[in-house]
Amino acid sequence: MEILKFITAGSVDDGKSTLIGRLLYDSESILADQLEALQRSNRKNDDGTIDLAILTDGLKAEREQGITIDVAYKYFQTDKRKFIIADAPGHIQYTRNMVTGASNSNLAIILIDARKGVVEQTIRHSFLVSLLSLPQVVVCINKMDMVDYAETTFTQIVDQYKALALKLNLQNVTYIPVSALKGDNIVHESYNMTWYNGKSLLEHLETVEIPVDDSSAHARLPIQWVVRPQTEELHDYRGYAGRISSGSFKVNDQVTVLPSGFSSTITKIELLDKQYTEAVAGQSVTVHLADNIDLSRGDILVNSAAHPQVSQQIEADLCWMDTRVLDTSLTYLIQHNSKVTRCRVQEILYKFNINTLDKVYEEDFKLNDIGRIIIKTADPLAFDLYQDNKANGGAILIDSRTNVTVGALMLRASAE
Amino acid sequence: MSKQSLDYLDELEAEAIYILREVAGQFEKPALLFSGGKDSITLVRLAEKAFRPGKFPFPLVHIDTGHNFPETIQYRDDMVARLGEKLIIGHVQDSIDQGKAIEQKGKNASRNALQTVTLLDTIAQHGFDACIGGARRDEEKARAKERIFSVRDEFGQWDPKRQRPELWNLYNGKIHKGENVRVFPISNWTELDVWNYIRRENIALPSIYFAHERDCITRNGQLMAAAEFLNMDEEDVINRKNVRFRTVGDMTCTAAVESDAFLIDDIINEISASKISERGARMDDKVSEAAMEDRKKGGYF
Repeated sequence: MEILKFITAGSVDDGKSTLIGRLLYDSESILADQLEALQRSNRKNDDGTIDLAILTDGLKAEREQGITIDVAYKYFQTDKRKFIIADAPGHIQYTRNMVTGASNSNLAIILIDARKGVVEQTIRHSFLVSLLSLPQVVVCINKMDMVDYAETTFTQIVDQYKALALKLNLQNVTYIPVSALKGDNIVHESYNMTWYNGKSLLEHLETVEIPVDDSSAHARLPIQWVVRPQTEELHDYRGYAGRISSGSFKVNDQVTVLPSGFSSTITKIELLDKQYTEAVAGQSVTVHLADNIDLSRGDILVNSAAHPQVSQQIEADLCWMDTRVLDTSLTYLIQHNSKVTRCRVQEILYKFNINTLDKVYEEDFKLNDIGRIIIKTADPLAFDLYQDNKANGGAILIDSRTNVTVGALMLRASAE
Repeated sequence: MSKQSLDYLDELEAEAIYILREVAGQFEKPALLFSGGKDSITLVRLAEKAFRPGKFPFPLVHIDTGHNFPETIQYRDDMVARLGEKLIIGHVQDSIDQGKAIEQKGKNASRNALQTVTLLDTIAQHGFDACIGGARRDEEKARAKERIFSVRDEFGQWDPKRQRPELWNLYNGKIHKGENVRVFPISNWTELDVWNYIRRENIALPSIYFAHERDCITRNGQLMAAAEFLNMDEEDVINRKNVRFRTVGDMTCTAAVESDAFLIDDIINEISASKISERGARMDDKVSEAAMEDRKKGGYF
C-alpha cells in the first residue's frame, strides 16, 4: 500500500473544509468519540445536519473566526491507499501556508464554486501549484446542487480552466463535478449527475499514479550524519547516513562527492541488520565507500555519470514568507538538503502578479510576494533545477537575526 | 520513471529516520523523551536504525510521575540495559518536594499536568536544545497543526500563530539561547501504523498493552486500574475485568478498555474495528474541546 499526499485549495466560501469533512465522513474515517464531539458542537448547517467543516478546523482562534488559518494535516486510509491531507487555507494573506502544504504534496485539489467559475483565487492557487510543480491536479467543481446539477455549467467551467492550465503548463488535470454538502461524487457516485461518467473523487485519489524517479542518473544522497562507532571491534567502521532524495544507488556504483568532486565506489548499503544491493529514492540508508575520502554533513553523494550543477550564483523563484520585507543588503542563511551556508539576494529580476500572472517590477519584496531573483551563496551548492528534480531543487531562506524561515526557493538555473 | 514507490511503512520509517538524523546533525544537545509507551518505544527502534552500530547521539529522558504502571518502569529498565544507552530520569516528586509543583487535591487528582514543570526543569538543568517526542498528528486536532520541528520559547510555550513554515523536508532547527525545539519524527503515523510497524519489526511492549485480568473501578464513565494513587473511597466498587490499555500514561488518567486482545494481531483487529479513538481513552483531553491546545501552549509535549 502506498501513501498519497495531497493538498486542498479553495476560496473561503468554496466549501473546502466541508469537502474534506465529507471525504472523511463518507469513507467512515471518523471515530465515535470524534463524531460525538461533532454532534455536541452547536455549529449546524441550515437544514440541521452536522457541519462537517468542524472536523478540520483545529485551533481555538480559528473556531472563533470561522476560518482556517494554518496548515493542518489529516490522515485517513481505505483498502487501497493511505492519505495525508494538507489542509491549506484559501484566505488571501496566507499564500505562504499553501506553498508550505504544496511543497509536501504530490497532488492538488482545486475547488471551484460552480456558481462563480474561475475566479482570482483559482488563478492564484493554480499558479502556486504550477510554481511548486505538483505532478497531479484535480479540479473539483463544487456546489453543483446550487446550479441544478447542470452539465453545461460544468463544461463551461472546464473550458475556462483548460485555458488557464495551458497558460500555466499544468499537466495531468482531472475535472470532477461534486457537491461536498450533499455528497455527490465525493466518495459515492452521484445519482444527480448521470451525465458524468468519470470516477468519484475518492476513487480517483485511490488510483491516480504517483510517479517516482528511480533512474540511476538522478541518484542523489545528501549526507546527514557520519556513523563512527570508534569501538575496538569497529575501529575502521565509517558509514555515511542519509535519505536518498532521488534516483537509485547500487553496490559497485561509481559515485562522486559534491561540491568537493572526490570519487569512489559504493561497497555496501545497509540499515541496522539489513543489507541492500540497490536502494531507491525515499529510503534512509547508511552507505560505505571503497576509499577513505573527506565526506561529511552538508555534502551530497551523486552517481559519477550524471552530476547536478554546482554554482554559487543561482537564479531562483522566491516566495517570501515573513512580515519583515526582504533586505538585499542583508546576509541570510540558505538551507539546501543538509547544507546551510550564508547568502545574499543579489538582484530582484521581477515579481509575479499572481492574480493576473503578469510580471511586475517593484523594489520591495513583502509577505506572500513571489518573484524571480538571483542569489549569491558563500559556499557552492550542488543542485538540480527544481522543475526537473524537486528534491534537489528546493531550498529555504533563514533570517539569522530571528532564525525564522522567511522564504521558499525553487532553484531554476545557474547564473554564473 | 517507475510507478513503484515504497510501501507505506517503509516510507514512514525512512522519514522518521531522516528526521532523527537531522536532529543529530543540527543540535548540540538533543534528548529523546521516553515515556514507556508504544510511540516512544517505536522511536527507540527508529533510533537504532538511524545510528547503529554507533551510539545514540542523545540520552533517553523519562519524566516519572511516580504514578506509573510498575510494568512500564520494568520495561524501561530492561530496555535501557539491553541498549546500553544513557537514561536520565526527571521525578515529579522532586518538583513537588521543591515546591515548584503542587499536588492536586480531591478524588480525580492527577500528576499528569505536573509533568510539564518537571519536564521544563529537566530541559533547563541539562541544557537540552532539542527534545524528540512520539506525538502524532492523528491524535488530536491541535496536534494536526503542529510542525515536525516545533520551536518552544524559554518557558516551553508553543505559539500556533508563530510556527515556522516547513517546506519540503527542510527542517529549520535554528534557535536562540534558551529556546528549544520539540521534534516529532512520527508526526505522520497513525495509531494503526504504529501497531503495524511494531508487528512487522517484532518489537516487545510493556505487558499492559495486552489483555490481562486486573482490579478496576469505574470513574466518570471510564474504566480505571485500581491503584492507591486514585484516592479510592467506598463509592469505588472494585471489579475484576479483562482489560488492556491503549496508551501508557499516568495511572490516574489512563483508562482501560475491556478487551480479549492477548496478541498483537488481536489488537490490530480490535483497533481496525474500533469506534473510539485512542485519545478518547485519556481523561486529560475530555476537559474541554480545546484542552490539548491549552496544554501545549503551556509547554506540554
